[in-house]
Amino acid sequence: MNAVELRDVSLTLGGRTILAGIGLDIAMGEFVGVLGPNGSGKTTLMRAILGLVPPSRGSIHVLGQPATRGNPAIGYMPQARHFASDLRLSGRDFVASVSNGHRLGLPVRGRIARAEMEQALRLVGAQELARRPLAELSGGERQRLLLAQALIGKPQLLLLDEPLISLDPHRQQEVVDLVKTLKADLGIAVLFSAHDVNSLLGAIDKVLYLGSGQAALGTIDEVITGPVLSRLYGSHIDVVRVGGRIFVMSGSCCAETEEHRHEPAPADRQPRHSGHA
Amino acid sequence: MLEMLQYDFMRNAFAAAAVVAIVAGTVGYFLVLRGQTFAGHALAHVGFTGATGAVLLGIAPIWGMVLATVAAGIGMGFMGERLAQRDVAIGLVLALALGLGLLFLHFFTAFATQATTLLFGNVLAVDMRTVWVLLALGSVSLATLAVISRPLLFASLHPELAEAKGVSLRLYSVLFLAIVALATAECAQIVGVLLVFALMVGPAAAAQRLTSAMAAGVLLSAVLALLEAWSGIALAYYTDWPSSFWITALSAAVYLIATLPRPMGRFASAAPR
Repeated sequence: MNAVELRDVSLTLGGRTILAGIGLDIAMGEFVGVLGPNGSGKTTLMRAILGLVPPSRGSIHVLGQPATRGNPAIGYMPQARHFASDLRLSGRDFVASVSNGHRLGLPVRGRIARAEMEQALRLVGAQELARRPLAELSGGERQRLLLAQALIGKPQLLLLDEPLISLDPHRQQEVVDLVKTLKADLGIAVLFSAHDVNSLLGAIDKVLYLGSGQAALGTIDEVITGPVLSRLYGSHIDVVRVGGRIFVMSGSCCAETEEHRHEPAPADRQPRHSGHA
Repeated sequence: MLEMLQYDFMRNAFAAAAVVAIVAGTVGYFLVLRGQTFAGHALAHVGFTGATGAVLLGIAPIWGMVLATVAAGIGMGFMGERLAQRDVAIGLVLALALGLGLLFLHFFTAFATQATTLLFGNVLAVDMRTVWVLLALGSVSLATLAVISRPLLFASLHPELAEAKGVSLRLYSVLFLAIVALATAECAQIVGVLLVFALMVGPAAAAQRLTSAMAAGVLLSAVLALLEAWSGIALAYYTDWPSSFWITALSAAVYLIATLPRPMGRFASAAPR
């Protein structure tokens, strides 16, 4: 059984075709980096796997079942980080609100739900920082809590939408390493979207590169090549490897880093230490 | 101290304030958490239109207020959070609501007293019957809130995830704003439509400053609202100044104290930046 199976899938949003006739298999326990220019459909693909965007053609199967909204086997970390950075709520309450969140009643947590939450916090190393209000956490620390939240409910598949956005390179590496450890410990499949393949080197098993409505899935060496990316970008692309890093060049400029320019990384706020720093 | 309880109107005032403060403190906590305080403020103004319209038709103002705020709350919920948080749209509705209320009062003779009572409240004029009505309405809002609180929190804190898990964001937005509308109509009986913020938002915002634990925060918010309302009435009794003034003053003071930088020690991490 595959974690995700797409058969001839087309996705359309507001009349615009995002992906056209995609077929791919993602095996259980695979860590897949999802790359591609802005608007290439990384988020839409995840929303389709979640059952929020029905395909206009083809079929999507998740863990052997047709994709449906509310699938408890999927852990999801959305890109739009809605919650205000001035929320005074503790990280623990923030994460806890996810467990059984769809059921009516008072948000009282039973023993099992509490144990599950502590387990999720422990897996991401956030048991201590979850005591503090969200407003006092740094971007990287909040990212850990969002990851913990995605682990609640024992998912078999994790969809992480741009978890590295607005983190400095050091924190980015921490998050990637953390996901790699989680994948190994829990044996779950991970789809991890990012702007720059370099942040994922050494961690991912495969790359899913999206562009011009098409997709290429394979190892980094198979996919991050001039011919494949030229097809996906619809223009001539050179791939240059320097000192263990990969640069995707369009003409004379760097296609991948170009994507970062619109995102002036608001410096990862320094955590406030409460004495025991 | 207890001599003020000899009077019926004082006993009624304390009872009404207790009911309203507990409802306002609890509902207000979620309102602040969802960042919809301005929507709550606007609902109170719509309540003014409803109340004056009811007076014109010869109905008790509270029912006009309840009807108008709940209808407006449901409408706002359906229009979605994007609109409910758009301050120009809300500001215009707010002004229009007050203007309409003024027009309705224009057709009514006992202009001044009625207007002042609706705008600024007069808790000392609350009768026993109203206390029972407030208790009934308050129970309905708190009971509904209790039933939907878990999915409401999920939808408020993790909207994209909640949507993915099959929770209807719109449904909870509508239900919650209907609860807020009921609570607003109640609050207006104590502090008037213009000062609803003092009971709905002040204690809740202060409580969120003072504790980051949710259960403790809701409880603290209700307790603060109750203390502010009761102290306001007691101070009004001794000073002969309006109770609404005292309640707003206490609400502002408590919030101010809650936002002050903490002294050193284990709360040092909560210092504002």
